[in-house]
Amino acid sequence: MIRRILINILAPFLAVLLAFSVGAIVMYILGENPFYVYKILLVNSITNINGWGYVLFNATPLIFSGLAVALAFKGGLFNIGVEGQLYIGAFACAWFGITFDVHPIIGIPMGLLFAMVFGGLWGVIAGYLKARFGAHEVIITIMLNFIAIALTNYLVNNPFKEPGQINPIPQTKELFSGSVIPRVYPLFNKLGIDLSSSVPLNYTFFIAIIFCIIVWYFLERTRWGYEIKAVGLNPKASRYGGINPSHIVILVMFLSGALGGLAGVNDVMGYRYRFLDGFSRGTGFTGIAVALLGKNSPIGIVFASILFGILDRGALAMDVFTNTPRELIRVIQAIIIIFVAIGNEFIFRLLQRLERESE
Amino acid sequence: MVEYILETRGITKHFPGVLANDNVEIKIRQGEIHSIIGENGAGKTTLMNIIYGLIRPDRGEIFYKGKKVEISNPSVAIRLGIGMVHQHFMLVPPFTVWENIVLGKEITRRGVLDKASICSELRRLMDSYGLSVPLEEKVEDLSVGIRQKVELIKLLYRGAELLILDEPTALLVPQEIEELFEILENLKKQGKTIIFISHKLKEVLRISDRITVMRRGKVVGEVEGRTADEETLARLMIGKTLESPQLEAYERGEEVLRLEGVRLLPRLKNINLTLYKGEILGLAGIEGNGQKELLEIITGLLTPESGKVFYKNREVQHLDPRSLREIGIGFIPEDRQTTGLILDFTVAENIILGRHYKEPYSIRGKLNLPVIKKTAVDIVKEYDIRTSTVDKYVRFLSGGNQQKVILGRELYSEPELLIASQPTRGLDVGATEMIHNLLLSARKKGMAILLYSSDLDEIMTLSDRIAVIYNGEIVGILSPKEIDEATLGLYMTGARKD
Repeated sequence: MIRRILINILAPFLAVLLAFSVGAIVMYILGENPFYVYKILLVNSITNINGWGYVLFNATPLIFSGLAVALAFKGGLFNIGVEGQLYIGAFACAWFGITFDVHPIIGIPMGLLFAMVFGGLWGVIAGYLKARFGAHEVIITIMLNFIAIALTNYLVNNPFKEPGQINPIPQTKELFSGSVIPRVYPLFNKLGIDLSSSVPLNYTFFIAIIFCIIVWYFLERTRWGYEIKAVGLNPKASRYGGINPSHIVILVMFLSGALGGLAGVNDVMGYRYRFLDGFSRGTGFTGIAVALLGKNSPIGIVFASILFGILDRGALAMDVFTNTPRELIRVIQAIIIIFVAIGNEFIFRLLQRLERESE
Repeated sequence: MVEYILETRGITKHFPGVLANDNVEIKIRQGEIHSIIGENGAGKTTLMNIIYGLIRPDRGEIFYKGKKVEISNPSVAIRLGIGMVHQHFMLVPPFTVWENIVLGKEITRRGVLDKASICSELRRLMDSYGLSVPLEEKVEDLSVGIRQKVELIKLLYRGAELLILDEPTALLVPQEIEELFEILENLKKQGKTIIFISHKLKEVLRISDRITVMRRGKVVGEVEGRTADEETLARLMIGKTLESPQLEAYERGEEVLRLEGVRLLPRLKNINLTLYKGEILGLAGIEGNGQKELLEIITGLLTPESGKVFYKNREVQHLDPRSLREIGIGFIPEDRQTTGLILDFTVAENIILGRHYKEPYSIRGKLNLPVIKKTAVDIVKEYDIRTSTVDKYVRFLSGGNQQKVILGRELYSEPELLIASQPTRGLDVGATEMIHNLLLSARKKGMAILLYSSDLDEIMTLSDRIAVIYNGEIVGILSPKEIDEATLGLYMTGARKD
């Protein structure tokens, strides 16, 4: 058991290490000193408190989108539609925030609830089509991404466009203060931690951590989690066991979509206080990588999100201080994913052998 | 001096945790039918896979026609003239028979398959061996017996001199077995050598010139077919004497299950069947005659078009598996790995499957882990499931222990009706005996059991009555004491009907 956990940690770690080595080779070919570049990357992200602030801010939506992918995966579904669910969720909470002027005690939970419910409903479209007609969720969710992006684009350009806006990218008007999730720097400063007021890290990060715990508990300790995992591993045996796989597919897509919807909250309620057209730029897709690297476990997803947060933050510094293009960070992320995918297969075989030998 | 076509010396093969072949020496004479027998896990299949080049041995040598050979992969074996019919056929179902036969050795003219010359070649081949199959039909439309003949012709077409048949009779009815044996005798007359793998002693004694017995990876005996008898072979095979289970007499109890005119086309036409408390009703039939659909209807996976299913005089044909479990029905599905168990769940998680949502296993949706664990530990103890802990994934258990997990799960809640489909398929003699005893003791406690098995021996020894299904109908209810396997075979093939 302990060995299994160790191996599960070791594999992603090795994948990351290997990916960085390959990245170093690329930098060397580009005529840069890899050690210098990596130093810049790390110095600007994790050696100071403000850097960490940005890293955790970057990690926040990734935790949600990673959880969304992982939960679907546990139920045997590949939710490629997190990006779409994120936009729908983001717009839903923005709509609540610009429409209702309420006290934060109501405004914040309602904002979250709107993001979850609408993200979930968007996810359920794919779940229902799969359960009812056997339509493949991958195709449906990909298509729903386009629709969600186009739909929110329409809404933010037409009925909800901020009046008198000069910003070239369309956006809604600002949320009422009751739906704003506050930043963490005032609290940190009170605690004697010197976090700059320009750091956008807000309480959404802690909400994300709470959701990690909720998802873990749900999957490992409740009968619905049991049923989701059962269907994900073996739908036929589950039917014999009195579980209706169609119901589970719908449930899973709702929950996964709800988590996907929450991935839009950080930007809308915690950062910009409005919905900005096309703000996400692939957070939902990165969630697939995060879930893969985190081995679909909530704690793994937190670490994977933080790693990707570091890379995103470091990329900015790399761009400013070195000649290495920040796109290289994307390459490294991709290489990590490839190595993790290879590593998974390898580790699985190793594990099987170890188990048999210990008979 | 006897001429050996194949000889192995010191073949040894380790798999993680098992010594599958331990210094195995076998000698196969030119032109004989040589059986290799042993329980599951005795190493027969491993040895054959080594000879066929699918597995490399750790140590040991193979001599073919007196010369030492290195069989590194199956194409080397085929070139030497060794052919193998696997337990699971290696045919492409949507292809026609002739396409399947030539696959991998196509005759082409200007890049196009030369069907005319292929088929005339195949006809010549079939004539000379007295084998015939419909060349133009698709394999998916053929019965198991004919598919097997297709496999044989495939080997002959590739010029095989030595034919290895791995459990060829497992899926055949008695008449088909008889036909297969005639074909094998015929091939022998034409000078072919045959290695026959089986654990059915009657068949082995009927067909073999010589018999090699394996146990736990070792050769433990070699006997002449003429002089051998069943008891000696069994003792060699399992190291102890076999006792066949005895049914105790019973009084017919009250009715538990009744099917009336159950119909689900295309497979089920009209099924009428009654099952009583305390009896084992055997269901016999050739695959594809509707038994799968029938069992799925009773277990709630399918709904009949018309007809009624009564459980204790209550109509249940519209209930789903969960509700059926609730009212006292247990299921042992046919395929333990794909439908019986969730391989990547632990023993404990598998043991609660089907009752996981109820108290005491779940309380208001929360899993009650201590109770689940305790139940699992109890069941593991009671049913002698060999596992280091209940937190082990069932994937890592042996087939027999996996099946015991299912039996333990189903019997623990003491259902009044048990639907058991192929409960001992692929299990060794020891595990089979254990499962049989469990079924018999459940019967003794008054459980009604519907037992489907393709192993006719099993049906004959365990059943109080046998229902034969043919072409979607029950064609006879027979008493195992009054009939023999051949008669049963007549019903199964539709040649006889009550």
